[in-house]
Amino acid sequence: MKKSVRKTDITSAEASSGMKRRSFFKILGGGIFIFFQPWNALDLLALPAEQARTLTKDYNAFLQIAEDGTVSCFTGKIEMGQGIITSLAQEMADELGVPLEKVKMIMGDTDLCPYDMGTWGSLSTRSFGPNMRAAAAEARAILTEMASARLGVPVTQLEVKEGVVTDTKNPRNSVTYAQLAKGKKLEKYMDVKPPVKDSSRFTYVGKPLMHSDAHDKVTGKAIYAGDLKLPGMMFARILRPPSHGAKLVSADVSGAEKMEGVRVVRDGEFIAVLSENRDLADLAIVQINAKYSFNEMKVSDKTIFDYINKGKYRTNVSRTAGDIEAGRAQSDRVFEHEYHDPYLAHTPIETHTALARFEGDKLTVWASTQSPFGLQDEIVRDLGLSRENVRVITPFVGGGFGGKSAYLQGLEAAKLARMTGKPVMVAWTRDEEFFYDIFHPASVVKVNSGIDKNGKITMWDYHVYLAGTRGAEVTYDVPNTKVTSYGEDKAVYPVHPFGTGPWRAPNNNTNTFARETQIDIMASSAGIDPLEFRLRNLKDEKMIACLKSAAEKFGYVAGKTPSGRGIGIACGQDAGTWVAEIAEIKVDKSTGKVSVVRVVCSQDMGLCVNPQGALIQMEGCITMALGYTLSEELKFEGGNISDRNFSTYNIPRFSWLPKIDCVILDRKDQAPQGGGEPAIIAVGAAVGNAIFDATGARLFTVPFTPERVLAALKKT
Amino acid sequence: MEETIRFKLNNKETELVTDPNQLLLWVLRNHFGLTGTKYGCGIGFCGACTVLIDNEAVRSCMLPVSEVAGKSVVTIEGLAVDGKLHPVQQAFVDHDALQCGYCTSGMILTAVALLNKNDAPTRQDIVDGLEDNLCRCGAHTRIIDAVGEAARVMKGGK
Repeated sequence: MKKSVRKTDITSAEASSGMKRRSFFKILGGGIFIFFQPWNALDLLALPAEQARTLTKDYNAFLQIAEDGTVSCFTGKIEMGQGIITSLAQEMADELGVPLEKVKMIMGDTDLCPYDMGTWGSLSTRSFGPNMRAAAAEARAILTEMASARLGVPVTQLEVKEGVVTDTKNPRNSVTYAQLAKGKKLEKYMDVKPPVKDSSRFTYVGKPLMHSDAHDKVTGKAIYAGDLKLPGMMFARILRPPSHGAKLVSADVSGAEKMEGVRVVRDGEFIAVLSENRDLADLAIVQINAKYSFNEMKVSDKTIFDYINKGKYRTNVSRTAGDIEAGRAQSDRVFEHEYHDPYLAHTPIETHTALARFEGDKLTVWASTQSPFGLQDEIVRDLGLSRENVRVITPFVGGGFGGKSAYLQGLEAAKLARMTGKPVMVAWTRDEEFFYDIFHPASVVKVNSGIDKNGKITMWDYHVYLAGTRGAEVTYDVPNTKVTSYGEDKAVYPVHPFGTGPWRAPNNNTNTFARETQIDIMASSAGIDPLEFRLRNLKDEKMIACLKSAAEKFGYVAGKTPSGRGIGIACGQDAGTWVAEIAEIKVDKSTGKVSVVRVVCSQDMGLCVNPQGALIQMEGCITMALGYTLSEELKFEGGNISDRNFSTYNIPRFSWLPKIDCVILDRKDQAPQGGGEPAIIAVGAAVGNAIFDATGARLFTVPFTPERVLAALKKT
Repeated sequence: MEETIRFKLNNKETELVTDPNQLLLWVLRNHFGLTGTKYGCGIGFCGACTVLIDNEAVRSCMLPVSEVAGKSVVTIEGLAVDGKLHPVQQAFVDHDALQCGYCTSGMILTAVALLNKNDAPTRQDIVDGLEDNLCRCGAHTRIIDAVGEAARVMKGGK
């Protein structure tokens, strides 16, 4: 397969920032451009006011057909391993009618790409994809009309294939896109356009394709932010406080200043050492003698859940139906349980990294970020620059998982570039990556539920603290329901001693763990097989189909729990996708160690653009999920983060791998949905339910560490 | 206190005048521009910085450059011969054994060292050999398959 990897070379950035319309064309040359014009007011309203920006004035293009027939596809989305560099190109190639290898993806460049809030929420395929396809459909229509004029035949008599427009009555009468684009500088603005090809006419979409960036990644050629180098570039190390509650009292920088080849800069508490030699910067930063005052919050990983339970919160009832008390009265049995979920770190293997350079007033920042436009906005605000003078370019990103929706390192590089007048590289150490992570928040879920004599759920009263409502849907067919969400009110009762933020399928893991464990408890109490119990209480056809398909793939045999077999089920929805997972585990009762033997996952994600890419995402989700399920739990005391490297924070390894079997349900007739996150949500509950099935021990806190498993076994 | 350090880098004799305590990782990346070798954790735990030194997989993030004097260092850039991918690289492409790609260089070089020692590894041998290389995207199952395939190809080719 030919590559279609975007270029992130420095030279293409030479014309760089301060992009005016003219220089946009200067960089890209001639050809046919399709520009973005927001046609749906609702899309705009859906954005937070601050981020809606001036979309109508945004001149950035969706696509360019160059004079050599190359199609450049511009997207504000970034590639961090999720594979959209391949799947978006597939969609573009199909819609436009060109060979896949002609499509070049230009990603995450604020000067060239249409505005995008950020690459998260599994939105690239379900939200950006349709817009991009509409642009491609528009382009195809324009090109066909141009061909019609050139070939002297009506549009209806023309056919597009592989970038060639052909007269169906006279195949010799044809013209290529390249020929049509030659010598043109044609700008078209998109109006309301109905999509687009129907799925039966796709050549590439729906076909499993290998990653188009693989060759560059196995040869070391793929460029990440930290791989860039500019003349005179300095590496920076920034003085960091020992904890999030600490305040700098004094700093003696004379030791660092004495070092040859080291420069020290300071702006209030912001102190950095810089050197053209990375080792020297590392040596210099520890020469600074800094004193701090401390005002730590009195909370740790050991007390956090009690602390959360004592809090006062902003309350929001997101759903209510029927009457909880009436439901309780109808119940044969009621169940009241509390679930705990700790802080988690993202730990992409690439730490937050950015290179910043000023040329006159114009700043260019190359950053590993999930939100190049968010970083651009932040720099504009913080440094007081005008937006046209700030360009953010995103090379390949070495993993994000939500953690790189924060971009402090980009701001730091920009500040230091201004303070020094040099190009500055800020590449966080692993210690900094842990310290400044925006952790998955610790949270508590309390569920009261009831069932009648027939095993029908009568009542569902759900309270989620600090995890929000993603994945907090009732899912099951229950007449009396209430979902209440409690959010942090920092002024009244601050909870988190450090930053928190989205972690792959943000908080859906928490909610799905709580819901699906509660369901399992009720099924066991009713003496009903957990699959049968779910099916009996579901009306959602998609959920039912996923469960049945997972059970079939697994070879599931019904049984009451605990059966001693070690099989657990869980299901849920995320990012528009339905997912059901069945886990098989083994428990070493003497050590408490849990081994996951097998995970089967069935997923309804609508039209699957790249089945190969989607499968890889499912496998990745399941593997990553083993971390929050078995080991990951941030240790801290107040604002002091105890886990600062992989030596104590354990992420999944090769020996943890279960056999993974995935099924993607065939839904070609439906809109494509999210694929990067859904399969992570149900693994925790499925494994917990399997532990119960194996041993009769029930765990209410993830991760299921040997200590917790042993403690739960003691209670059985 | 600079010293001249001579070693073989990607099959070419090279020398460099430098502080012998500089870490090999930064020398490779910043002096030689071989940026396929990545920083991941700085304490030898994650394996993203792995290179081959005299055919052994070694973590370059804690190794003073003086340690490689007189030795042969191979980085990911030196693995393909005349543009032809090493069988492990090819198997990673064929099996889609990567996502973000950041741990990939270290994974591939660790696997190459493993296969140099053991030309018919079992699945368990591969798991054990790669256990201390971290991947956060979860490409593990495909990496195991790729290394197994590469072993078969390499053995068959002999």
